[in-house]
Amino acid sequence: MPQRQVAMLGVVVEQVRAGLRTEEDLSLLSEVSASTAGVSRLEMCIQCGTCGGSCPSAADMDHTPRMLFAMLRAGMREYVLRSNTPWICVSCYHCVVRCPQNVHIADVMYTLKGMAIKAKLYQDSTAPDFSRTFVDMVEEYGRSFEFGLATRHYLKHFPLRLPSMTPMALGMLSKERMTITPKRIRQIGQLKAILKRAKQMEATNGHGGAS
Amino acid sequence: MKHYLLYPGCSMEASARAYYDSLMQVAEPIGLELEEIKDWNCCGATEYLGISLTPAYALISRNLALASQQANGSRTVVAPCSACYLNLAKADYYMREQPRLGKMVNEALAAGGLAYQPGSLDVRHLLDVIVYDIGLETVKSKVVRPLSNLRVAPYLGCMVPRPDFEKRWSDHEHPVELDQLLKALGAEVIDFPLKTHCCGGHMTQISPDTAFELIRRLVSSADHYQADIMATLCPMCQLNLDAYQGEMNRHFGTHYRMPVVFFTQLMGLAFGLKPQDLGFGSELVSAKAALTKIGLQVPQAPAAPPKGRKEQGLPMPKPLPPRGSRALAEGEVQK
Repeated sequence: MPQRQVAMLGVVVEQVRAGLRTEEDLSLLSEVSASTAGVSRLEMCIQCGTCGGSCPSAADMDHTPRMLFAMLRAGMREYVLRSNTPWICVSCYHCVVRCPQNVHIADVMYTLKGMAIKAKLYQDSTAPDFSRTFVDMVEEYGRSFEFGLATRHYLKHFPLRLPSMTPMALGMLSKERMTITPKRIRQIGQLKAILKRAKQMEATNGHGGAS
Repeated sequence: MKHYLLYPGCSMEASARAYYDSLMQVAEPIGLELEEIKDWNCCGATEYLGISLTPAYALISRNLALASQQANGSRTVVAPCSACYLNLAKADYYMREQPRLGKMVNEALAAGGLAYQPGSLDVRHLLDVIVYDIGLETVKSKVVRPLSNLRVAPYLGCMVPRPDFEKRWSDHEHPVELDQLLKALGAEVIDFPLKTHCCGGHMTQISPDTAFELIRRLVSSADHYQADIMATLCPMCQLNLDAYQGEMNRHFGTHYRMPVVFFTQLMGLAFGLKPQDLGFGSELVSAKAALTKIGLQVPQAPAAPPKGRKEQGLPMPKPLPPRGSRALAEGEVQK
């Protein structure tokens, strides 16, 4: 990934040299911050890099969280939303508890995923599809449904991995750790009404209902 | 008896059945009365938050609203699953930190005739309740079969000790609560350096290589410290480390056989309960060898996967050799 990061920095340098960036545009930063649950404190980032240094999956990321936040501040919308970083984040909260500025880093990653889905800017659809399938099941039944989720997801994204997963799947089924029928909550109508209203508000107020 | 509202979460009904069964077995002896929240729904795990914010928080908060309706004499919700615990705690905390979020969530809840006043419930993890409300002395007093000689790696994973909005844990990265509990059961607890490191979460589904490396680190470290078994408190951690251990081994060419069980299962053993009532036998990496160290037999698995593979058949993986991974594991470290 380093070459990629260097290339990305090169883009910024080029834009500055070309005079494309003369004044600070903090609209992306404010949009992301306002769309995050709670008080994100994203504006407080001092670029210390503790986040990337604490990250167990940083090696697989296009940009460390620190770098991504610098790009946010630079208004590099498309680059930020195309980055695989939010999708590789495992939500372990190591960076969150170590951040000297108490930035809600993991929650910012959730916000960026939502924005990338909306703008259709993600590079690899595996993760967004997984989230979508999971959420579809939850919206339908009120419960997660591991068997339905796994079969739909693996057939689409990891068909070649299926043979090596067979012993595991058989084990899970034979040990009754996975059921092949979904379980529905009693008041599914109530849940659907709540989610419908929430989605309407989300649509009218923009992502996260930021105002 | 101490009375609490229980939010079990979806995993407890399926992949983490052993967690639920063992919890139900050990709750009574230690005086823990759990009343399930009626008609609870999924918390959305780590998936819904990444799609859209208001629906995700409304989904979580329906459970809080139902719990506060049902709260007869108790305002504490206990969640045994890490992701559920964090989502419920997070929704409650963020709605207080950012009242606008609370307002929007309540507007959505109103469509279902529900409401929730942020801060009106305490959301706590099962381990927190056992260690700090029930107390280690009570736990110790119920031990009839100390887990002496059993070397246990205490593994908490991420989402219980972090981000810890209410400062309930002794430390974010090296909390001692699980160690203390396992010691109270008489186990030999190793000082597991990766006790709050990540199991990979949903990466086993979306980026397997990322997940396999995280699983390898944990299992290899526990093996290096000569743990007989890992004790966890999270359904996701248990699933990743147990069910994907075989695939991880094939990925790296290693031969680890590290059983991973829930801490409540070990509590049950120490309380003298039968392994089969505690969900033993449902783990994919068998805990048999570990349990013989405390003089117990694990029940046979209900059904074995089909046998008789042909040479020209589908590329089925070879069965793993019995435990004896240490030599190979070290060879693997040298790479």
